[in-house]
Amino acid sequence: MTQIVAEYAQESAASAERTASTSRAPEIAVKADHLYKVFGRRPHDIVKKLEAGASREDLAHLGTAAVIDASFEVRRGEIFVVMGLSGSGKSTLIRMLNGLLDATSGTVTVGDTRITGIPAAKLREVRRQSISMVFQHFALLPHRTVIDNVAYGLEVQGMPRNERLAKARTIIRLVGLDGWADNLPSELSGGMQQRVGLGRALAADTDVLLMDEAFSALDPLIRREMQEQLIELQAELGKTIIFITHDLNEAMFLGDRIAVMRDGRIVQIGTPEEILTDPANDYVAQFVQDVDRARVLTAGSVMEPVRSVVTVTAGPRAALRTMRDLQTSATFVLRRDLSFAGVVRDRDVLKQVKSGHSDLRAIINEATAVSADTALVDLVELAVESDLPIAVVDERNRLLGVIPRVTLLAALGNVTTATGELPVTEPPSTISLSVISETLRETASEGAPL
Amino acid sequence: MNDFRIPLGSWAKAFVEFITENLSFIFDFVRAIFSGAYDVVDLVLAAPPFWVIIIVAVVLGMMIRGWKFAVGTLVGLLVIVGVDQWENAMDSLALILVASVLAIVFSIPLGILAAKSDLASKIIRPILDFMQTMPAFVYLIPALILFRVGVVPGIVATIIFAMAPGVRLTELGIRSVDREVVEAGEAFGASPTRILRQIQLPLAMPTIMAGVNQVIMLSLSMVVIAGMVGAGGLGQQVVAALNRIDVSLGFEAGLAVVILAIFLDRITAALGTGHTPIGQLLAGRKRRRQASVAAASAISEADADMKTPQFAGV
Repeated sequence: MTQIVAEYAQESAASAERTASTSRAPEIAVKADHLYKVFGRRPHDIVKKLEAGASREDLAHLGTAAVIDASFEVRRGEIFVVMGLSGSGKSTLIRMLNGLLDATSGTVTVGDTRITGIPAAKLREVRRQSISMVFQHFALLPHRTVIDNVAYGLEVQGMPRNERLAKARTIIRLVGLDGWADNLPSELSGGMQQRVGLGRALAADTDVLLMDEAFSALDPLIRREMQEQLIELQAELGKTIIFITHDLNEAMFLGDRIAVMRDGRIVQIGTPEEILTDPANDYVAQFVQDVDRARVLTAGSVMEPVRSVVTVTAGPRAALRTMRDLQTSATFVLRRDLSFAGVVRDRDVLKQVKSGHSDLRAIINEATAVSADTALVDLVELAVESDLPIAVVDERNRLLGVIPRVTLLAALGNVTTATGELPVTEPPSTISLSVISETLRETASEGAPL
Repeated sequence: MNDFRIPLGSWAKAFVEFITENLSFIFDFVRAIFSGAYDVVDLVLAAPPFWVIIIVAVVLGMMIRGWKFAVGTLVGLLVIVGVDQWENAMDSLALILVASVLAIVFSIPLGILAAKSDLASKIIRPILDFMQTMPAFVYLIPALILFRVGVVPGIVATIIFAMAPGVRLTELGIRSVDREVVEAGEAFGASPTRILRQIQLPLAMPTIMAGVNQVIMLSLSMVVIAGMVGAGGLGQQVVAALNRIDVSLGFEAGLAVVILAIFLDRITAALGTGHTPIGQLLAGRKRRRQASVAAASAISEADADMKTPQFAGV
């Protein structure tokens, strides 16, 4: 599978290079600017009233405002999810992005081309070359075989039959439908039919893929499988994907960024974490409360500043003092270059101080460190195994923060942690403060602070 | 009050007189074409000995519906021969075929137009209602004046009467093609003509064929009426039987109409569903051809196929 993908990616990269030499690829793949779509007798009047501040309900007797003032930019190679309940206008919105529906007001730009208000022939050209679509109910041509369906976009582009069938065959392998090329869509299961739909869109080899509730008609297991494969394909092929869904978990799983729609308006655009941790209003907050937080939130978004930390060079006395002051039984240790070394425990440090050793390195224990983009679901097991806070490090192994168990629990349960006011001290001291203070005093060299 | 009367009838009369005087060359031209087409078809059907036509019909029935229907066809047509109505039946069949083909040629494009444009649909609909419900005899009057006695007024009246379901069912068929599939065509940049040709017409075909079937059946029902204006064939026999109160002739000619009707209905209905022996034969050949293409490319891609596993099957 990966090999096929790589092969195909190479091929399309080569063709992308060819096109890139003629026109510089812009960073923004699709741009929507103050888009309105109003169904009614005098849509432009309704748009004016909406711009003047009228609400959708005020104008319900005049017509239906399906999309109101939608503006966003989709970056090249990103999965941009538009999420909303039915009737929120997301399907209307996606149909304006390839001109299946005319915008009442506002502009849509695909790549370099503004597609609002251009002649039909030119719009068809844009659809053939730049933007393809996957449909909720697959929308396959029932009288054509799988391979002819996959090759449909190429046929419309005017590619000769043998060439397009050869390319379609590669795509069929890519989407895992080997051996089904000559079957009719009606002979395939729902999941397989949508693979044909996806294959048809991929075969057209456009930069942008619109996916309208593409997985909503599939049963949950197949849906999850398709989602994973979509992410895999997207990573390899680098397509820009605009994905419409009403399923929040799907949005959170797929989206690099999510636009939440309600009653025709986009109420928030942000990364899944931003939407989860910082919802723009009560509606979004209520909407996201059921989401599987453990899979969306990452270590980086919930970690807390490191309090209990010493450098190797500071020595055991400093480590012991830090632990005494923070009333904790362990402290993280950094190397001279500030990279993460591990953890020392109070008992070991106490012994070292008593015996007069001064090299912390002898007693450093290994500690669990994770990267900032680890999902919380993967931290649970680590938190069970060790009472230490989990260290979060960057790619150069520098300590970014820590996640104590309490913080992890609070994040999973969507409870506000009172960090700052009541610092979390984990793990608690195991040796009484007086013993530590006594030891420090006894071993103090002259002039050293307690 | 008694004096008030809308002179609608005299307007219609004036209109017909006007076109008779000024546009007669058009009607002469149409008359020449229609009667020419009828003569050719009638020659093909009536000139060969009856058993040639019967064999052709039986083979056709065999290919389209199977052997049971072929046997039925054989028996039915032999009955027509047996009651000595064969030539009349062929004359009527020629009229039906010419009128039906012309009605279909006019009605399918009109149906497409009505499906594509709401305005056209709104205009066409009441005209169709008018054409279909106006008693068919009424068309015969101006048709007689314009085309003179013979087979042509019969054909014209039949076309007008039989067109409506062809238009309606074509429009219905195209309009009821899954909106998303049409959108898919649009989304991949297909032109309206291509969408019509590759998506809308193929998917609407069962409904359109139901329309074609209805056109033919309505043409058949016009046969008797056409007989009144000298179109000949079974219609003339029925009219003659009516005038002479001749029960036996009436029954025989009527039965011949029924046999023709059943034959034409079953044949066209089977074509509409697409599940015919000949359809399966064609589909089978197509699939085998594709399979052999697939096999050829599979050999060339044999090494590539080693790169399994791929996506787990669904």
